[in-house]
Amino acid sequence: MATNEVIAARATQSLGDAIIGTKEHRGEITFEIDAARIQEACETFRDNPSLQCEVLIDLCGVDYSSYGEEDPSLPRPNKRFAVVYHLLSLSNNHRVRLKAFIGEDPPVIDSVVDVWSSADWFEREAFDLFGIVFLGHPDLRRILTDYGFIGHPFRKDFPLIGNVEMRYDPDKGRVVYEPVSIEARTLVPRVIREEGFGGRNS
Amino acid sequence: MAEIRNYTMNFGPQHPAAHGVLRLVMEMDGEVIERLDPHIGLLHRGTEKLAENKPFNQSIGYMDRLDYVSMMCNEHGYVRAVEKLLGIEAPERAQYIRVMFDEITRILNHLLWLGTHGLDLGAMTMFLYCFREREDLMDCYEAVSGARMHATYYRVGGVHRDLPNQMPQYEPTKIHGKKDVARMNENRQGSLLDFIWDFTERFPGCVDDYETLLTDNRIWKQRTVGIGVVSPERAMQMGFSGVMLRGSGIEWDLRKKQPYAAYDRMDFDIPVGVVGDCYDRYLVRMEEMRQSNRIIRQCVRWLKQNPGPVMIDNHKIAPPRRGEMKGDMESLIHHFKLFTEGYCVPEGEAYAAVEAPKGEFGCYVISDGANKPYRLKIRAPGFVHLSSIHEMCQGHMLADVVAVIGTQDIVFGEIDR
Repeated sequence: MATNEVIAARATQSLGDAIIGTKEHRGEITFEIDAARIQEACETFRDNPSLQCEVLIDLCGVDYSSYGEEDPSLPRPNKRFAVVYHLLSLSNNHRVRLKAFIGEDPPVIDSVVDVWSSADWFEREAFDLFGIVFLGHPDLRRILTDYGFIGHPFRKDFPLIGNVEMRYDPDKGRVVYEPVSIEARTLVPRVIREEGFGGRNS
Repeated sequence: MAEIRNYTMNFGPQHPAAHGVLRLVMEMDGEVIERLDPHIGLLHRGTEKLAENKPFNQSIGYMDRLDYVSMMCNEHGYVRAVEKLLGIEAPERAQYIRVMFDEITRILNHLLWLGTHGLDLGAMTMFLYCFREREDLMDCYEAVSGARMHATYYRVGGVHRDLPNQMPQYEPTKIHGKKDVARMNENRQGSLLDFIWDFTERFPGCVDDYETLLTDNRIWKQRTVGIGVVSPERAMQMGFSGVMLRGSGIEWDLRKKQPYAAYDRMDFDIPVGVVGDCYDRYLVRMEEMRQSNRIIRQCVRWLKQNPGPVMIDNHKIAPPRRGEMKGDMESLIHHFKLFTEGYCVPEGEAYAAVEAPKGEFGCYVISDGANKPYRLKIRAPGFVHLSSIHEMCQGHMLADVVAVIGTQDIVFGEIDR
């Protein structure tokens, strides 16, 4: 099992400035990758004999638009969206996280289906839930939401209760969509407490 | 000459072999599958979005409802991710309890898989036998948590409470008289651990029984041998984990390779397939049940000898005991704060994975320092496995689709999330 420092050194050596930043937190290593060069970076992580990440464990979108809203002093990412890749190397037994930030809306990034087949559905999911467009994906359709769904439900500006509700209309003899009738409610408000609040870490 | 056309057929979402709400649009050339397009999402509840709007503690119950046949393993993945972010570790006894219940869950899951997979392929009897054993294990769930399935037993910082000293017993009813009840209560005289021990004594015999029905069964082999073959290279490309990966001959098990909880102190073997077909995966799962049984026995032995706390005593994270709350002001405040606001998790991100019965179940949590996760991503093994169904079924007959769905051990709670 290679240590994170060794992995970081090897990755920086073979990828150079495609890696914008490296961070280690809780024993996990995260590489921030230039979104324009994500495909190249993924290929390197898969093929480089000292990295050898054969398996794409997970791929997901993140919407950073309301990150740390409750605490203005917190540093916030200046780009709204991110795609996060979790890689696993079976032969070297290590995990790596890649992160690519995308600013514009609609967010666009290259697909990695050609690198790992398992990216297929993950990218469809990220497209469905966040509206991230993966260039070069063979079949970018919605996957989890309803046929004909409007919007991207996991974006932070999409309300938890949704926009429409459906019911069966006996007069029309079919299912109809209507604006939601329930009211949004928050049972527990979101708060950010400073480190060590109430003696948490004492 | 007659014109030959491809059929497009719809399979599910209401079909007993669809294991829930799978809709497959199949393009077929006669009986042979040309293209499979799974339509999923009919059970999509937005678990991740719901979790982002709730304090960390209140989402544990949602995890049970993901893969609703391996409840506690999902909880384990989630609480481990939060514990990692908080930088805390559950007490040793809690770790052993978690391992024991993870393995009980694995047997529960594999029994349901065996029953339904058998039923799909025409082995009706399996279903009845498997549910007989499942009943005992569900009673263990009920004894510790009060619920037969959706336990919410694992908590951040440990488990909800210690194992009960008295196994709940049956009471006489109109149907079961005193004599019946005395017989049914025979193995329930002692503690929960005694009951589990008694189960582990007879369970290997039960697995032998299942194997006599299936392993050398001609019909069973005709339906599974050589069906849905996956090469090791493709298995890695398609992101397989768990039995799907091991069935293809790759020796990879998180319990061994990246041990968590108390797995590094357990003695067990990893079964691996050779060919990578449905039959191999069947054999691997059968052996896994025996190995789980071994692990449970080791845990029971340890737990009997080592009493101790099952929850960390940091009351900023774990609620205080009921008794303390009655007389101690500080405990009352802790309780109030925990249940009205929850705890804030330091800023950062963490991914924690467990070897769930179906494969690698992982939780990726991003926290911005608030009392709710900023983003929770659940990595469900079934989602990845199902995405490969086209490749696994292409060129096979229609009836083999059912065998492949069965061998992938699909549960829609986790796929649609």
